[in-house]
Amino acid sequence: MLKLDNISDGSHVTVESLSATGMLRERFLALGLTKGARIEVVRKGPSGDPTVYNIRGAMIAFRREEASLIAVNQD
Amino acid sequence: MGLTFQSTQSNALTDMFKIDKKEEQYVIALAGNPNTGKSTVFNALTGLHQHTGNWPGKTVVSARGEFTHNGKENILVDLPGTYSLFASSVEEEVARDFLCFGNSDAVIVVTDATCLERNLHLVYQIIELTDNVVLCINLIDEAKKKNIIIDGQGIEKELGIPVVLCAARNGIGIKELKEAVYKVTAGRIKPKPKAVKYQNYLEEKIKSIQPFIEKNISGINPRWLALRVIDGDTKLMDSIFNNISKEPLEEIQKVTNTAASHYDKSIIRDDISEQIYKMAEEISAMYVKTDKAKLNRDRIIDNYITSKVFGIPLMLFTLALVFWITITGANVPSAMIADFLFGIEDKLTLWFNNMNAPVWLHGVLILGLYRTLAWVVSVMLPPMAIFFPLFTILEDLGYLPRVAFNLDHLFKKACAHGKQCLTMCMGFGCNAAGIIACRIIDSPRERLIAILTNNFVPCNGRFPTLIAISTAFLVSKEGIGPGILPVLSITGLVLLGIAVTLLVSYILSKTILKGIPSTFTLELPPYRIPQIGRVLYTSIVDRTIFVLWRAVIIAVPAGAITWILGNMYIGDLSIIGHAAAFLDPVARMIGLDGFILIAFILGLPANEIVLPILMMLYLSTGAMIEFESIDSLREILLNNGWTYLTVLNVMLFSLLHWPCATTLLTIKKETGSLKWTALSALIPTGIAFVVCFITTIVWRLFV
Repeated sequence: MLKLDNISDGSHVTVESLSATGMLRERFLALGLTKGARIEVVRKGPSGDPTVYNIRGAMIAFRREEASLIAVNQD
Repeated sequence: MGLTFQSTQSNALTDMFKIDKKEEQYVIALAGNPNTGKSTVFNALTGLHQHTGNWPGKTVVSARGEFTHNGKENILVDLPGTYSLFASSVEEEVARDFLCFGNSDAVIVVTDATCLERNLHLVYQIIELTDNVVLCINLIDEAKKKNIIIDGQGIEKELGIPVVLCAARNGIGIKELKEAVYKVTAGRIKPKPKAVKYQNYLEEKIKSIQPFIEKNISGINPRWLALRVIDGDTKLMDSIFNNISKEPLEEIQKVTNTAASHYDKSIIRDDISEQIYKMAEEISAMYVKTDKAKLNRDRIIDNYITSKVFGIPLMLFTLALVFWITITGANVPSAMIADFLFGIEDKLTLWFNNMNAPVWLHGVLILGLYRTLAWVVSVMLPPMAIFFPLFTILEDLGYLPRVAFNLDHLFKKACAHGKQCLTMCMGFGCNAAGIIACRIIDSPRERLIAILTNNFVPCNGRFPTLIAISTAFLVSKEGIGPGILPVLSITGLVLLGIAVTLLVSYILSKTILKGIPSTFTLELPPYRIPQIGRVLYTSIVDRTIFVLWRAVIIAVPAGAITWILGNMYIGDLSIIGHAAAFLDPVARMIGLDGFILIAFILGLPANEIVLPILMMLYLSTGAMIEFESIDSLREILLNNGWTYLTVLNVMLFSLLHWPCATTLLTIKKETGSLKWTALSALIPTGIAFVVCFITTIVWRLFV
């Protein structure tokens, strides 16, 4: 299963499922990471972590730990 | 009649969130995602009729304000920014609880026109809870710049609630907003919100529970409650059902258990969120026109500001630039004010002499009180009045999240929470404010680390000391550029402070504050051009008044007391002289002298008085320098045995030493613990001593 932290800059992916639990999962859902939602990987920060993602028009940054909890399908 | 929330109240949730109001007043809740300009809307609606406080029992800031429209008084309650009513933080809990249990008559949901799809998620959640909702689509001006066109009327028809397009910064749409709210609360408009229809299996469940709820519980939307029973937020369930007696509760639980037996709760949550977003997408697609071809200004800027190559150098440059502007900008006003005030000192002395006033009176009032005041106002005030507005502008621009983004990998290595970078930046303005900002960190352990290390960034009150000393000693006579060396040295010092912050955070998280790191998400909001003129004006005026007030309340008495202690003699030495002699050996070990140490100790109330007090101490020991202008500073210091080592160590000590009294009090209030407050003073002090000791040794060995 492809995880978001392995996707390179400039790619577009869609959300398949979330393996996060509890409050983080709620935060993911609230930010719009529902099944089928499109994510654009915008850029990685200095030293590769965190990464900025375009989620439904907003720029959100996750560290690798959080991004690895999002399973995606490449476009 | 059934059980209502009101009827079963004793000390339940509603009491906490009930706003005190008169019969004819309306309570209006202001909700919305973070970064939507909600505070601007709040300010535009309430003007100066507002005050901030805390939500009862929680450390979440609450703001209340009032506005009157068409003769009706409205109490506006500003809720914390929240992404969802499914709370994933204390702040979101407060917002959710107020909307569920509070006594608001209407809710204004503030959304960002440039990010409407995501914002609609909260709107849909809220209209499931109450009908009296007004949708405020804010930042219309920003949307226009990005060629985003929003059909407000179309959305109004689709959602069934009033929609107002606003640009609160410029006051656009505010009158219409007040009008819409008035119409809703007065009953002129009866919004009929079209709530989300969920997947079939969920609708079936709702149908099986809802009638029972309608029969037994009133005062809360039954469909909403049915949904919450189904997707089972246990904390919310506890707080709701705390107020209902046993049997209905058991009945409901029986019904829900059969209803929810087959489905995993998290799947239900996922499906609910998915459905809400589907509706949000539909509305976006139909009523929001975007221009794909329009160059995304923010993206282009961020390509540099957060780039791997340019990101950090640009940050260093910005930091240095801010200091350079502060230093050069403060020079002229400083000199002018100093000339003026010290000129008056001569006249006052003359006047005292003509009046044959006793020498000690002249001493206390003029040499003590007045001089300290003159020092603070001429040397300390201008840099403070300039730095703070610059910092506020950077903040309003939206720059700080980018800083947090760029430095996050360092904070991760230091096992510190990602948001600690933000609270550290807030400490630049004022350490006490930085401590309060630490509330944005939910995990108590990580919040404590942020609190304990906040002191290592120099606050607004310490900058003038650093600037004055570095300018006195590092500006070459030929005047190459208005002080590049002072700028570099202060920037270097700040970097050192950040390094110490990271190091101490790491050590703390491995020793006395061990634990697992928590997750966080960082939103990079669009850049918003602050109303620079207004920010400058209000900050400069604000800061000036604040510093002057502090000068009068703290600096002046401190100066007077210092002069008295410096001129009351016990035997050969003044009281201060005794104290200085006592502290001198310790001080010499760390490259300072007894007077400097005393000045730092006496500077506990406010950091900006350290240098004025030091001047006082040196002068009251009879250094024969006529105090004409700021240039005398260098001479006075040299005359008292200062070397470059002293300069270095005073700056280091100023950076690293114990926090000021205001900060300590704030820490006590925020942590509720004397132990941590004491540690927050001891740790920096210990580090200051160690570092200065090391530099002294190295200096004495090699120089």
